[in-house]
Amino acid sequence: MTYITKPQLHHPALAKNALGYTRRDYEGRVSTLCAGCGHDSISAAIIQAVYELELPPHRIAKLSGIGCSSKTPDYFLGHSHGFNTVHGRMPSVLTGANLANRDLIYLGVSGDGDSASIGLGQFAHAMRRGVNMLYIVENNGVYGLTKGQFSATSDKGSKSKRGVVNHDAGIDLVSMALTLGATFVARSFSGDKDQLTPLIRAGLMHQGAAFIDCLSPCVQFNNHAGSTKSFDYVREHNEAVNRLDVITPRAPIHVDYAPGETVQVAQHDGSVLSLHKLAELYDPSDRAAALGFLQAKQALGEIVTGLLYIDPSAGDLHEALNTVETPLNALAEPELVPGAAALEAINASLR
Amino acid sequence: MQRTSSWGPEYFHKVVDCQWACPAHTPVPEYIRLIAEGRYSDAYMINWTSNVFPGILGRTCDRPCEPACRRGRVEDEPVAICRLKRVAADNKSDITGRLPKPAGKSNGKRIALVGCGPASLTVARDLAPLGYQLVIYDGDAKTGGMIRSQIPRFRLPEEVIDEEVGYITGLGGIELRMGARIDSLKALLAEDYDAIFVGSGAPRGRDLEIPGREEAAANIHIGIDWLSSVSFGHIDKIGKRVIVLGGGNTAMDCCRTSRRLGGEDVKVIVRSGFEEMKASPWEKEDAIHEDIPIINYRVPKAFTHAEGKLTGVLFEVVRAEYDEKGRRKLIPSGEPDEHYECDDVLVAVGQENAFPWIERDIGVEFDEAYDMPRVDEATMQSTIPHVLFGGDAAFGPKNIIWAVAHGHDAAISIHKLLNGEDVKVRPAPDFSLVSQKMGIHEWSYDNDISNDRRYRVPLREKAVALKNVKLEVELGFDRDLGLKEAERCLNCDVETVFADKLCIECDACVDICPMDCITFTEDGEEAELRTRLKAPAVNLTQDLYVSGALPTGRVMVKDEDVCLHCGLCAERCPTGAWDMQKFLLDMTHAGAACLSN
Repeated sequence: MTYITKPQLHHPALAKNALGYTRRDYEGRVSTLCAGCGHDSISAAIIQAVYELELPPHRIAKLSGIGCSSKTPDYFLGHSHGFNTVHGRMPSVLTGANLANRDLIYLGVSGDGDSASIGLGQFAHAMRRGVNMLYIVENNGVYGLTKGQFSATSDKGSKSKRGVVNHDAGIDLVSMALTLGATFVARSFSGDKDQLTPLIRAGLMHQGAAFIDCLSPCVQFNNHAGSTKSFDYVREHNEAVNRLDVITPRAPIHVDYAPGETVQVAQHDGSVLSLHKLAELYDPSDRAAALGFLQAKQALGEIVTGLLYIDPSAGDLHEALNTVETPLNALAEPELVPGAAALEAINASLR
Repeated sequence: MQRTSSWGPEYFHKVVDCQWACPAHTPVPEYIRLIAEGRYSDAYMINWTSNVFPGILGRTCDRPCEPACRRGRVEDEPVAICRLKRVAADNKSDITGRLPKPAGKSNGKRIALVGCGPASLTVARDLAPLGYQLVIYDGDAKTGGMIRSQIPRFRLPEEVIDEEVGYITGLGGIELRMGARIDSLKALLAEDYDAIFVGSGAPRGRDLEIPGREEAAANIHIGIDWLSSVSFGHIDKIGKRVIVLGGGNTAMDCCRTSRRLGGEDVKVIVRSGFEEMKASPWEKEDAIHEDIPIINYRVPKAFTHAEGKLTGVLFEVVRAEYDEKGRRKLIPSGEPDEHYECDDVLVAVGQENAFPWIERDIGVEFDEAYDMPRVDEATMQSTIPHVLFGGDAAFGPKNIIWAVAHGHDAAISIHKLLNGEDVKVRPAPDFSLVSQKMGIHEWSYDNDISNDRRYRVPLREKAVALKNVKLEVELGFDRDLGLKEAERCLNCDVETVFADKLCIECDACVDICPMDCITFTEDGEEAELRTRLKAPAVNLTQDLYVSGALPTGRVMVKDEDVCLHCGLCAERCPTGAWDMQKFLLDMTHAGAACLSN
C-alpha cells in the first residue's frame, strides 16, 4: 500500500464537468490494495464514468460486501453515500436502501467470492427482482485476501500460482444473470477502460437490474501462466462483441461509424446506447441467443466481452410493487401511518 | 517516436529544469534536500563547487532557475531556490577545511587575469589548486569587481563578499595586484604569461545625450558609476527629489540606494511598459515596496535647468504598438509632454563594454558591428588562442552566474591548452542514476508533496532599513522557514525511469498519477502523439518519455511537463517497471578529469 496521500495538485488543464467538478473530485482515499490490482483500474473507470455522467456525488450510494473488491468503494466517490455490509449480503442491504429511497443511484460492488460463493443466493434474488442498481462483480477468480485459493469463478482446469489444477467447474455469473432475468448484462476487463467506462455509464443509467462481470487480474495470486484470469490470457482470448457509446440528452456525442454497423438503443431516461458491432451476427436484444453465443464461445475458450444483453423497456422492483413516486423515506407520518380507520378498511377487504 | 534512451545524461538533465537552466548547472534539488536535512555545510559545498559564490548569489542571483522551476507550472510560484541558497550559506559551519588544499608546488605556468570580478575569480578558483600561478589585475583597490562596486550593501553585506572572495584568494598561488589597471593588452602579452583571461566586465554606463545634459551635468549621474561611488564611500547623499531613468536592475539599485541617501521623492521613469522592463520582477517589487513609483511609457526629451542647475526632466508620453512580427514600437500618444521636477537624475539606461586598452593590431579580432572581441562560445577563446574572455567582457552585460559559467569553461580551456590538448574537445559531465527504493513503498527521498505556497523572505522594518545604506534589508529565511520552503521542492532529479520489459500494462500508474502524465497508446509521430495523451502535451519545451513497443503493441508515453516526481507510479507498479532513480549531474571542471589523457 501507499503511505502518502495522493497529492492534491492536478494537471493545470484538467477539465470540469457541468457541475464544476473535475475528475479528481470524484476520487476517494488512496488505495490500500496491492500495487497493480485490477480493482484499482475498475475504480478509476467508475470515477471517470460518474464524472462524465455529471452526477452529483451525494446522489449516489455505493454498497459492498467483504473482500478485496468490496474494499474499493473507499477508493472512489469519496463524497457519496457508502455502506460496507456483511459478507455476501450487499444485495439485501442495497435492496432495502433502494426501497427506502428510490431517488438515489445505486452501485453495488462485489467480488467473485462475495457474489459467487457466500452471496450467490443474494446475487440471484437481486437480479430476478429487478432491483434498480448497477451490480459490478470485480472478478479475479481467486481468494486474494486468504492468499490465493481457487474461487467459485475459477475455470475448471486452470492452475493456481502454486501449480494446483482446479477440478471444480467455474460459475459463470454472466450466464446466471441472463437466466435470472437481469435486464442489462455485460462483461468487461479491467485492462480495457475504453470498453469498461461506457458500460459503467450505461449500467448506472439503466432502469432495472444491471450487471457487469468485470475480469480483474489479481497481480499477486492470479496473473501467472496457467491462469485464465491473467492480463495475458484475457487479452489473448478477449472476444468483444461490440463497442458502446452512451449518448445522454445532456451530453450528445458524435459517433462516427459506417451505417449498418451501429445499433441505437433508446433507454427509459432518454439516453441512447449506441452499439458499434464487432461480432457481425451478435444481437444484444435476444436473451436466448446471447446465452447460446456465450456457451459456444466458452467452449472454444474465448471470453466474450461487451454489452451482451439489454432490455431497454425493463421495469424495476418499484414498478412491480407499485410504490409511490416519492421515496418512502421522504413520506411523513400521515402517509406512512394512515390510522386505525384505514387499517380497518384493509382488514375488512380481506374478510 | 524514437524510444527515449535512458543512457547518457542529456535527457534526464533536461528534466531537472532548474539545473538545466542554471548556466553553471548547479544540482539544485540535491542541495535543497540537504537543507531540508539540516546539512547546511554539505548544501553549501555543492553550491560552492558549482557556482563559487553561494552566499553572494543567494542574495543577488538573476535566478534563471526559478522561471524554469516545475513548481511554477503546477501551482502559482516556483520554489525560492535563490534564497534557499542563502539559507545554506547563513547556517553552515566553518567550511575552510573542506576547501581544496593549496597545490604543493607550482606547475610552472603563469596566468594573468584582468579584472577581479566573478569571472576571473572563478578561473582562479578552478586553476589555483592545480598549481597554476595566477596574477589578478584590477583598477579598483578592492576585490570582487562589480559584486562589490555595483551591488548596494543593503542587498549584499561586505562581509559576505570578503568571506567568499577570501576562500578563493586563500587557495594559494594567487597574487592580487589591486589598483593596477591594465592599459595595454599588448604590453601584458609581452610579459609572457602562458595564458591571459580577460574578465574586465562591462564597465561603461550608457549616457543620455538630450538637451540640457551639459548644462545640468552637476546633478546628472551615470547609474553604475554613482553606485560604485556610493559603495566605496565617495558619495553619501543625494537630493530629496530623484528621478531614475531606466528600467533594468541597475535602475532598481539606483532608486533604492537614493531612498537611503536622503531621497524622499524617488521615481523610476521608464520608456517601455512596466511588464517589458528589463528588471527582474522581484527587484521591481522591492522598489515599489520602498514607496518608489514606476512610471512607464515616458521617453525623456530634455533635462530642464535654471541658472545652471537641474530643475527636472521633460518627457514625451508614448504608447506601445506591435507590428505583425510582434516587434514593439513606441509611438507618440499625442498627449502633452509631461514635466517632472527633481533635484538629481540617475541615468541607468544600460551599460556597455569598453576595450580602449586592447590594441586592434595585436591579433584579437573584433566584431565590427558591436565592437566586441570575437569569442568562441564553448572555449571562451579569442582569436589569440591563449587570450580568453569571460563574464560581461565576453558577450556583453549578463550577470554573475553567467560569469561563473564562463569562468569554468575558460579554466578548462586554459588547462587543456597548456597540457597540449585540443581545446575544442570539451569534457563530458559526470553523472549517476541510482534507484532510491528502500522498501516496497519507501524511498530515500521525501515524496510527500507539500501543498504550501511560496514563503516570503522576511524583511527588516522599512523605517529602519531606509535609514542605513549598509544595513541588509532582507533578513533571509530562518531554519524553520527554510525547511518549509525546501519541502516545496518537487525533487525533479529523482527521475521516473521506465523498464519496458517489466511492464504488464495493468494501468496502475495511469490510474494513480495525480497529474495525468502517463498514457499507454499507439505509437505515432511526436506532434500527433502529443494531441492524444491523457492530458494533451502542449508545452513543447518539455520532452515526452517514450518506451519501446509493449506486449499489446502500444507504447508508454510520459509527458514530463508537470510530473510531481511523487513516485506514486513506481509505488503502484506491481513489477518494478517504474523506478525512482536519482540523477546527479556534476559538471567537469578544470583538473585531471577534463583532460583526455
